[in-house]
Amino acid sequence: MSVNTTSQHYVKIWGLLLFLLVVSICGPLLGIKVVTLITAFGIAIVKAWLVAANFMHLNIEKKYIVYLLLSMIILMVLLFFGAAPDVMKPGGNNWERVSTTVK
Amino acid sequence: MSFAQPMATRRSSTGISTGKLAVWWVIVSEIVIFGGLLVSYILYRLYHDQWSSEAAHTSLIAGSINTFILLTSSLFVVLSHRAIEDKDPQKAFKYLWYTIFGGLGFLVVKSIEWTGEITHGFVMTKSLFWAFYYTAAGLHALHVIAGIIIMAIISFDIKKNKNLQRVEYIGNYWHFVDIVWIFLFPLLYIAK
Amino acid sequence: MTSSASTHSEQSFWQKYIFSTDHKVIALQYFFTGVMMAVVGAFLVYVFRMQLAFPGKEVLGFGVVSSGEYNALVTNHGTIMIFWVAMPMLIATFGNYLIPLMVGCDDMVFPRLNRLSFQIFFLSALVMLASFFVPGGAFGGAWTAYPPLSTDPNYSLTPAGSTFWVLAVALEFVAFLIGGINFITTAMNSRAPGMKMFDIPIIVWMIVIASILFMASVGPLIAGAVMLLFDQLLGVGFYDPSKGGDPILWQHLFWFFGHPEVYVVLLPALGIVAEILTVFSRKKLFGYKTVLYTTIATGVLSFFVWAHHQFVAGIDPRMANVFTVTTILISIPIAELCFVYIATLYKGSIEFTTPMLFALAFMAEFLIGGVTGIFLGSSGSDIYFHDTSFVVAHFHYTFFPISIIAVFAGVYYWYPKMFGRKMSETLGKIHFWGTIISFNLIMIPLFYLGAAGQHRRVYNYEHFSELSKPYLQDLRVFATVSMIVMLVFQVPFFYNFIMSLFRGEKAGKNPWKANTLEWTTVSPPPHGNFAEFPKVYRPPYEYSVPGRKLDYWPQNEKA
Repeated sequence: MSVNTTSQHYVKIWGLLLFLLVVSICGPLLGIKVVTLITAFGIAIVKAWLVAANFMHLNIEKKYIVYLLLSMIILMVLLFFGAAPDVMKPGGNNWERVSTTVK
Repeated sequence: MSFAQPMATRRSSTGISTGKLAVWWVIVSEIVIFGGLLVSYILYRLYHDQWSSEAAHTSLIAGSINTFILLTSSLFVVLSHRAIEDKDPQKAFKYLWYTIFGGLGFLVVKSIEWTGEITHGFVMTKSLFWAFYYTAAGLHALHVIAGIIIMAIISFDIKKNKNLQRVEYIGNYWHFVDIVWIFLFPLLYIAK
Repeated sequence: MTSSASTHSEQSFWQKYIFSTDHKVIALQYFFTGVMMAVVGAFLVYVFRMQLAFPGKEVLGFGVVSSGEYNALVTNHGTIMIFWVAMPMLIATFGNYLIPLMVGCDDMVFPRLNRLSFQIFFLSALVMLASFFVPGGAFGGAWTAYPPLSTDPNYSLTPAGSTFWVLAVALEFVAFLIGGINFITTAMNSRAPGMKMFDIPIIVWMIVIASILFMASVGPLIAGAVMLLFDQLLGVGFYDPSKGGDPILWQHLFWFFGHPEVYVVLLPALGIVAEILTVFSRKKLFGYKTVLYTTIATGVLSFFVWAHHQFVAGIDPRMANVFTVTTILISIPIAELCFVYIATLYKGSIEFTTPMLFALAFMAEFLIGGVTGIFLGSSGSDIYFHDTSFVVAHFHYTFFPISIIAVFAGVYYWYPKMFGRKMSETLGKIHFWGTIISFNLIMIPLFYLGAAGQHRRVYNYEHFSELSKPYLQDLRVFATVSMIVMLVFQVPFFYNFIMSLFRGEKAGKNPWKANTLEWTTVSPPPHGNFAEFPKVYRPPYEYSVPGRKLDYWPQNEKA
């Protein structure tokens, strides 16, 4: 039984997750937008990685499973950047879009 | 006539057990389903600054409680797996039901939260923000329900010392559902 | 190790044929459902092509075609052919039937899940067919279902049909996601002892990679379809600019899936062709690893080309530049595959059996499809060609080889294994020549018509003076008549298929003298597949190995 898979280890990770949860909730209290974004999403990424590596045992799983899952996330990033120029700037750079009211 | 499991299911050319491999592939397909929905949400949210006035009405308290519940239920399900490895299926049964109760708690909190929001007029048709809110959280909740049902079925099996390996599989699924929520939480409740 | 065939007690008709969990039965259930849907799809094209050739005239078996009905006909022809004919026949039929046999095991790893996937698929077919009978009629907003036409009933005029269409497609997606889990997991895990990664027959690789491509690309569209459904039913506005949405988002979500989808159907077809070319040229596949790595590269690249379907939709022109480059790039690995296949034939000992004829025709026709794609992948020329019949001809020169020619090739090739008898070669050849010649006579005029400016999805070209010239209308009539000829030539196939079940020459275990594991067992294989599960000693394409007496060397034969 490796040290990574004892009950104690899981409880420690859980404690860390709860601590990070509290930090992310307190982030907006500072009022600085960049800090909020970092605490909210940066911490989310860290929490997700902690759960994936320790609870799902990706830290001892075959490497290609990790690559497979990461590829799916990369595809989502690709989708974001492929669609962003159209969805986030529908009027383009050269004219103002006034024909439809945006709520 | 009862169903006889084919020998194909017990082979393992990769070294990963068949059931576990299948759950990894399920997670692969779910990443892109939720990913597609969340990418769409993020695209719109970044474009529609004015959604912050709608988003201000999501309940940080409800969201935080639910995050706590799901993280804790994830702990319970991995402890259930640990119990299986320690050859203690009765303990695993207990922990699995703690996980299920966590899932049920999540759904109760969500129901209260949504009832409050709906009665205050924050419905899907009020603003595209709310349409996304209910669609994303609703899709997630459906996965929570599916997870609870499957965990319950597996728990009755392991009580009879059958199919012990399935605790790990449903555990992985449950962790994935937890991870989706880990991203939904800041999107809908914190950095809104 | 002995098989499980002996452990099953007598099964009722329902258990054996309707609620079976046996992968071979499920494969045939998918096949026959696909055939029935193909008949529906063929009827739809018959009606709308008659309308195009003889506008306003009553069509035999349908009546006069209105503009709304025309839209519904073309929409559902496309939708049905892709989702209920191509996918089930290529992936679900051949994947289900062959994967367990070719890797040497007794069934898929999750037989009950397999049965569930067929049941969901069958339900999806019923929902699709039901959409023709709801008030308002079937959805007519094109298989691409762009909003607001697909979301607003004031535009589509098919409020119920639109929703049924989305539900049918969504159910089909779920069925293939579930099926895909079985294909991938079985091929990864249940291989015979000794079957290493490069000993797996190419068709198995192709179906597995196709399933992975499907799994990775359909997710965003499932999310998008849920959003479309909410727009239709609740009017929330995911795609409505006046409510904060964007119709272009749907286009991106749709085509992010839509482009990999064409490779999802292409890859199994290439797999079928590879198996047949090697057997009937008695030669090794020219570059197994090349084929494999090229296919994986194509799969990856297929995620980077999607917006070439949106060049004139109003996307950022700088994105159009990017997607033009990637689109032209992707023709390279496909061309590489074509070269490898042709090289496989070189100096081979060719036998022109019916499956071989269809496999060779696949190469020739797909080549035309691929080459004409270049004009469409270049954003500049696409400005002219987009939405014309040129596009229709291009994608039929790709889709028809994929979903019809390759499927026929596979059916003629594996029929002896599935049913224990051979189909008639004479009827097969009549079917072949009749189909291929008439197919080209349908589609070549469409290239010309498209270049002349004929736009798609128009129910009556008499309304456009520059398109109603007599020589153009003549081409439309010619294409329609060729289509009817092609449909008539399917009769020998059906007759051959049914008659050979009872009077075909009995086929033994290995009538084609092939190497792969499915040919080592009885035809048709019993429940459990193998009396003794095989071990594998060599790769699958050891044909005409120098120094050996026989020109083939089965994978399971000890050295």
